[in-house]
Amino acid sequence: MQVQRAFLCGNRLHLQHGPIDLIIGVDGARAVAFEAAEQRLSSVLSELMSEIALLRQWDGPSPKGPIARKMWTAAQAHEGFVTPMAGVAGAVAETVLDAICTAGDQRRAYVNNGGDIALHLSGDATFDIAMAGLGGAALGKITLSAKSNVRGIATSGQAGRSLSFGIAQSVTVLAKTASMADVAATLIAGAVDLPEHPLIHRAPAKDIRDDTDLGDQLVVRNVGALTATEVGLALDAGARRAVNMQNQRLIHAASLHLRGQSRQIELNKEKVLEHA
Amino acid sequence: MSDAARVKPEKIRCDACPVLCFIAEGKSGACDRYANHSGELVRLDPLTVIESGAPAVAFLDQGENVQNWDGDIVQGKRTFVTAVGAGTTYPDYKPAPFIVSQEVDGADMVTVVTEGIYSYCGVKVKIDTDRFIGLECAVVRVKGEAIGHVMTSEYGSKMLSLGGVEHLTGGSKAEGRVTCDALMNLCNREAVTMQIDEGAEIVVQAGQAPIINDVREKLMRVGCGSAAIGMFAKQWEPHVDEVIVVDDHITGVLTEHEAGKQLDMRPSGIKIQGRRSTPGRYFQVAEPGTGWGGTDVEDPLTILKPADAKKAWAGLRLLMVSTTGEQWAYYELDENLIPQPAEISEELRVSADRIAENCEPSLCTVLFMGGAGGSLRAGVTENPVRLTRSVKDALTYVSCGGAEAYVWPGGGITVMVDVMEMPTNSFGYVPTPALVAPIEFTLRREDYAALGGHIEHIQDVASVLTPEVRKVSRLATQPDPHKAQRRNREGRG
Repeated sequence: MQVQRAFLCGNRLHLQHGPIDLIIGVDGARAVAFEAAEQRLSSVLSELMSEIALLRQWDGPSPKGPIARKMWTAAQAHEGFVTPMAGVAGAVAETVLDAICTAGDQRRAYVNNGGDIALHLSGDATFDIAMAGLGGAALGKITLSAKSNVRGIATSGQAGRSLSFGIAQSVTVLAKTASMADVAATLIAGAVDLPEHPLIHRAPAKDIRDDTDLGDQLVVRNVGALTATEVGLALDAGARRAVNMQNQRLIHAASLHLRGQSRQIELNKEKVLEHA
Repeated sequence: MSDAARVKPEKIRCDACPVLCFIAEGKSGACDRYANHSGELVRLDPLTVIESGAPAVAFLDQGENVQNWDGDIVQGKRTFVTAVGAGTTYPDYKPAPFIVSQEVDGADMVTVVTEGIYSYCGVKVKIDTDRFIGLECAVVRVKGEAIGHVMTSEYGSKMLSLGGVEHLTGGSKAEGRVTCDALMNLCNREAVTMQIDEGAEIVVQAGQAPIINDVREKLMRVGCGSAAIGMFAKQWEPHVDEVIVVDDHITGVLTEHEAGKQLDMRPSGIKIQGRRSTPGRYFQVAEPGTGWGGTDVEDPLTILKPADAKKAWAGLRLLMVSTTGEQWAYYELDENLIPQPAEISEELRVSADRIAENCEPSLCTVLFMGGAGGSLRAGVTENPVRLTRSVKDALTYVSCGGAEAYVWPGGGITVMVDVMEMPTNSFGYVPTPALVAPIEFTLRREDYAALGGHIEHIQDVASVLTPEVRKVSRLATQPDPHKAQRRNREGRG
């Protein structure tokens, strides 16, 4: 099946191919941009599948394909278990955005791959991001300008398709690239956790999804009623991981949410603000 | 349920996209769109993804989309596998779903079978009628959306050009959807009601008579008014003094026409409206319409001018008839040379009926026209342009659902095929919107190898003929794809 294409209101393009859904917006040479995006996406899955075994290894050598290398590089920057697949959505978004920017001069463009967003900003262009909770409630808003170094935004958590080691409802990360943001959001969401907590049910990843890159490691299936203190502790664990990443300049900012509580690790600030 | 029935079905391979997920019973693939339900690959609710976005495409052979093989053409022991229901791989990354080989008279033949997705496609409709349906270039609408336009008038018929990429994807979403729907229905031989701007409402159905403003057309004219005069002059001459064949194109007047002169008929002095082209042949005797002979005439006397008193005579017998013989009237001139309705003689009435007898039934003909693009060709060969060349060199025979396809000269593989020659329900659609239509390429195995074909994917014809495959008889009008190919091959020298 080839790439499916549909136009959404607000001059946005929706492309779908297999598990990939992209929402694309362009201020600039829109027609050529959309054409280039569709063209680029058409071979993405086959490129990735040609090296899929390597991409599911957490300690494997560098793959060959350009998208696979973005994923691998983003994952390599972090310590511990993380496979290049943690950055696949961001890397695809970046790749399609690159094609859009190569096709023509764009004032502003974005590729949103299921919550993992690659951004292009030039001149005085800005980009407003609103974070929404699972129920649609607004969790906060941030405006990015071309002057900031942020070109990638990723959100990870229970709403997504991926399996998670943690219990975060949602973690949004701003980073230099979409693939970096994607890997970081995955890891921070996984770090929002209460190890050994009896109300958090876990199962081996391979029992839940065939072809997972997480093998027999335990992933969260459902979470019982936690106290407000427990929720705070879980968020703090995630926030610590996020601050470490910020110190290593792997991310610019992060916003963590769980059951009505949140933690913000803000742009250029190395402290955690509490919003209980 | 018995224990045997509870045996856990094996994992199945989903081939909807290159991820090729291996899905266990009760699980979904990476996309959450396709799942394994008791060993069957099923689509999950497509509307849950993004309602206003691109809906996923259903598998052609699943659930409500069951499209078992519909176009297997059996002729004796030899089988030709058509692409109807073959599915498509969108072959930009995979070979076509079926590449079938069989030996025919010692030559190993390969047929590559796929369903093409045609964004560049449309239909040409020929409607056998002289009635006015709309001016050339008038917009043809379905449910208020423009789906095409009126083309040229052809012999005894009106032509429509419907669909095409401008209506499918170049206009509004509604226009694309309605156009795609209308094209698919027309190609699947269903009736489609259309309104023509400043023209008629017509119901078009392939292989059926058109219905124009609620009137079912019966006959295609025997010829223009002048031709009808030529054909029937000899039969009329003994029984009548003047015949006028009313036609929107050329109205004929017997005694003034060359045919009447050859029979030494006396000039009648009957004069008609319109512009005389040559003796006995008149253009524009009335406005175009849905009355007599494609004019707006309901009462034929309205096209007459006062008769020439020097030539006409009282008692002159006048027959007026339409080009299909469906309408006729008989008059005799009174002493003031005014035509008065009169009793027609039996011999003359028979001659009017004979016009109708010689008319062919009026039909709507629907020709699908589409271009086989780059990715479709890639499903056939690794060198797509070589397929084009091989088609042009007639090494490769192109058919659509087994029906002979006319391949347009020039670049690309743009084909035209009569939907009546194809198996029923050969056409589908994808939400692009675009039509899905079967296409087969048949050629000798060595030629296929030479053009970079996917040789390693060739299957024997027996292996694709499973019991679920529906078999249909070959139509008398469908050529044998193998034979046609061999003939061309031999002719190549």
